[in-house]
Amino acid sequence: MRAVPMRLDREKLVLGLAAPLLSIVTALAITSAVMGITGDNPFRAFGVMLDYGSKSDSQVWIINKSIPYYLSAVAVAIGFRMNLFNIGVDGQYRVAAFFAAVVGGALSVPGIVRIPVILLVAMACGAIWAGIAGYLKATRGVSEVITTIMLNFIGGSLIAYFLQEGRLAERDENIIHTADIPESSFFFEFPTNPDPVHGTILVAVAIGVLYWFVLGRTRFGFDLRAVGRSEPAAEASGVSVRRTVVTAMLLSGAVAGLVGMPTLLNESGNYGNDFPEGIGFTGIAIALLGRNHPVGMGLAALLWGFLERTGTQLEFEGYDQEIVGVMQGVIVLSVVVAYEIVRRWGIRRQQRQVGEQLAAQSRKNEAAEVPA
Amino acid sequence: MHALVGENGAGKSTLMKILYGMQRPDEGTITIDGEQVSFRGPADAIARGIGMVHQHFMLADNLTVLENVVLGAEKLHGIGARARRRIVELSDAYGLGVRPDVLVEEIGVADRQRVEILKVLYRGARTLILDEPTAVLVPQEVDALFGNLRELTAEGLTVLFISHKLGEVLSVADDITVIRRGTTVGTVAPSGTTPRQLAELMVGSELPTPETRESTVTREPVLTVTGLHLSGRDADGVSRAILSGVDLTIHKGEVLGIAGVEGNGQAELVEAIMGIRHPDSGVITMDGDDISRASTRARRERGIGYVPEDRHRHGLLLEAPLWENRMLGHVTEPPNSRGPLLTAREARADTRRIVTEYDVRTPGIDVTAGSLSGGNQQKLIVGREMSHRPKVLIAAHPTRGVDVGAQAQIWDHIKEARREGLAVLLISADLDELIGLSDTLKVMYRGRFVADADPATITPEELGTAMTGASAPGAAGTREGEAE
Repeated sequence: MRAVPMRLDREKLVLGLAAPLLSIVTALAITSAVMGITGDNPFRAFGVMLDYGSKSDSQVWIINKSIPYYLSAVAVAIGFRMNLFNIGVDGQYRVAAFFAAVVGGALSVPGIVRIPVILLVAMACGAIWAGIAGYLKATRGVSEVITTIMLNFIGGSLIAYFLQEGRLAERDENIIHTADIPESSFFFEFPTNPDPVHGTILVAVAIGVLYWFVLGRTRFGFDLRAVGRSEPAAEASGVSVRRTVVTAMLLSGAVAGLVGMPTLLNESGNYGNDFPEGIGFTGIAIALLGRNHPVGMGLAALLWGFLERTGTQLEFEGYDQEIVGVMQGVIVLSVVVAYEIVRRWGIRRQQRQVGEQLAAQSRKNEAAEVPA
Repeated sequence: MHALVGENGAGKSTLMKILYGMQRPDEGTITIDGEQVSFRGPADAIARGIGMVHQHFMLADNLTVLENVVLGAEKLHGIGARARRRIVELSDAYGLGVRPDVLVEEIGVADRQRVEILKVLYRGARTLILDEPTAVLVPQEVDALFGNLRELTAEGLTVLFISHKLGEVLSVADDITVIRRGTTVGTVAPSGTTPRQLAELMVGSELPTPETRESTVTREPVLTVTGLHLSGRDADGVSRAILSGVDLTIHKGEVLGIAGVEGNGQAELVEAIMGIRHPDSGVITMDGDDISRASTRARRERGIGYVPEDRHRHGLLLEAPLWENRMLGHVTEPPNSRGPLLTAREARADTRRIVTEYDVRTPGIDVTAGSLSGGNQQKLIVGREMSHRPKVLIAAHPTRGVDVGAQAQIWDHIKEARREGLAVLLISADLDELIGLSDTLKVMYRGRFVADADPATITPEELGTAMTGASAPGAAGTREGEAE
């Protein structure tokens, strides 16, 4: 009997790893086929990617790139865990980063005060932007998919309106951006070679740990997961589904608000019209690939960074750069398919095991009854 | 007509699933009309003329009967006039009385079941498998169902059904197969077999009765409901009273049973008491305090235990492990949490205790709730609710789909807690259970209590008649007139 939970745990691990591995292998096979059809040598391409991706400057680049990806994935995953599809992380982080940059640029206080203020403003803005969708869902039943997409556009227009000379921005040659945050108020960096690793990686790690702790170890997290697994059962158990929806959206938005911070506080120091866009959508793919798992999403974020970094190099080697886009797309598709296959297989397997166990138990009981 | 009986977890449902191609056997053969077959999926089984009516109906509420029947079988007779002709033809041939154009959400449980039967006949089934077809029906409806099934067998079709109700198995089946722990333990003919013998074959023990002997009712009210009104909109968007003027009082140590054909407001009453639905007016008090505005969680923390009618939808997280299901509904109470933090270790230990004490047959507490059989799921739920020492237990169909052995255990737990002062609101379609367990009986019809019955004297037949509204001719008659 004592061996059973152990075995189930190992099974859980195998099942957890099977899906991502299966999807990556499938993705590699399909990409190879695509490259083969277009007349390129896939194996040389993979070689180039591995070679270039493992250079030390590439490593730093990949790590730095994956910080916002990871934060974005966590923001998406908070929604996923309760069956909310927050497509609006993109709008949330841009609105948040913009207003945080405005506030940060306007303040004249030392960095030790300025950085927390900027982070808090960003989280608050992200939470408000996502909270609108949560509120509409809870009170009016409006699908969060629709509202968050809409809010992405509204957020974009809002920023476009304020990001003009004379309003909240200044012109610097072709770039229009908010007032600069002095470098003294930048987040610290790890002095690695050849480039430094952003200190905001600590923010990402802290968010990852918090995500794991709050969802897995607290009553609130249990309520949230219960709603995600079965809304009627959660309702009957005493969870207020509406309140949980709003809270989850607020939390998701607050984390989304941090997505722009590595760029703002470690690189640009302002929000300009060259501020990165689309990280919110990347986050969806990474959350899917990482199975909403705090560590899994970290690995997925690194993989994403690796693909982007090495994609540029492929171009120099005469490949079409789009092949990386194909690879990413294929990975996401195979992830969705592979997870479903593995999930079904896991359920069937478990049911069979339960059956076998019970049969074995009753055989043992009967055997014990006979001599007695 | 062949009946299959056995305890929960004995393998009845698994056997049915294999016959219907939903699961593949490790070894052994299936023979149809002398020809050995193997199914790769339900489609193969359907092609061989096997049809299945599941315990939980698989109908789309927002489609009409016609649409539900043709759904997935559009190739047979199209979706228009030809399909309608075929449906009416089948319905008339077997006396099913199905109306093709009503929405499924508007029809009752018995009608839905007939739609399910029609669905498999429409696909050309010659062998029908019915998984506990009578669990949801009142005696009159059961008779009607068996009438329909006899028509089918008279036409040369084969009917195979699973049941827990030994009496009805003996009265209608031509042949009975008993299975226990995955093997056939006997095949008996109904003539010359008593329910007791059959039960002994099934569990190797005596047939349990729900009877409670001594009364433990006190005069101390625990839960009172006064003037409860609840209205809802029906499919046409017309506002209609679901509950009107419901009053009830449950005392310490009392089991109050509510009889009624499903869909007469019992489910809504339960949800109103649990705080899941918000009534238009009325007061609910517990121990003298008004809890009408309290949240579901606050009510549960005060000591209302809840065994929901639909355990899959409301009682369990099927994809979550057992120990997480043990926390469901009581996550704010020890041993599940301390302050805002979960105490997984204690919750797991307590889950192990429940598994042992309530005889939940499972290899461990890390398997998902969905992989247990229905009876074992129910034992887990009852164990969970009882573990928090409730003052009031709202039990809706506590033994539905549960085998004889588990049924007796659940009854024992309820009776024992009642002796210690538990107040129980019992809703059940099993009239023997209702009469046997209850101290007081009320009959609910169209959202109001129409009669009181004395469980000591009433028979299931009389109760079944009362449930159709016949015992309150005044009220029932006029309301019937309105509806038509």
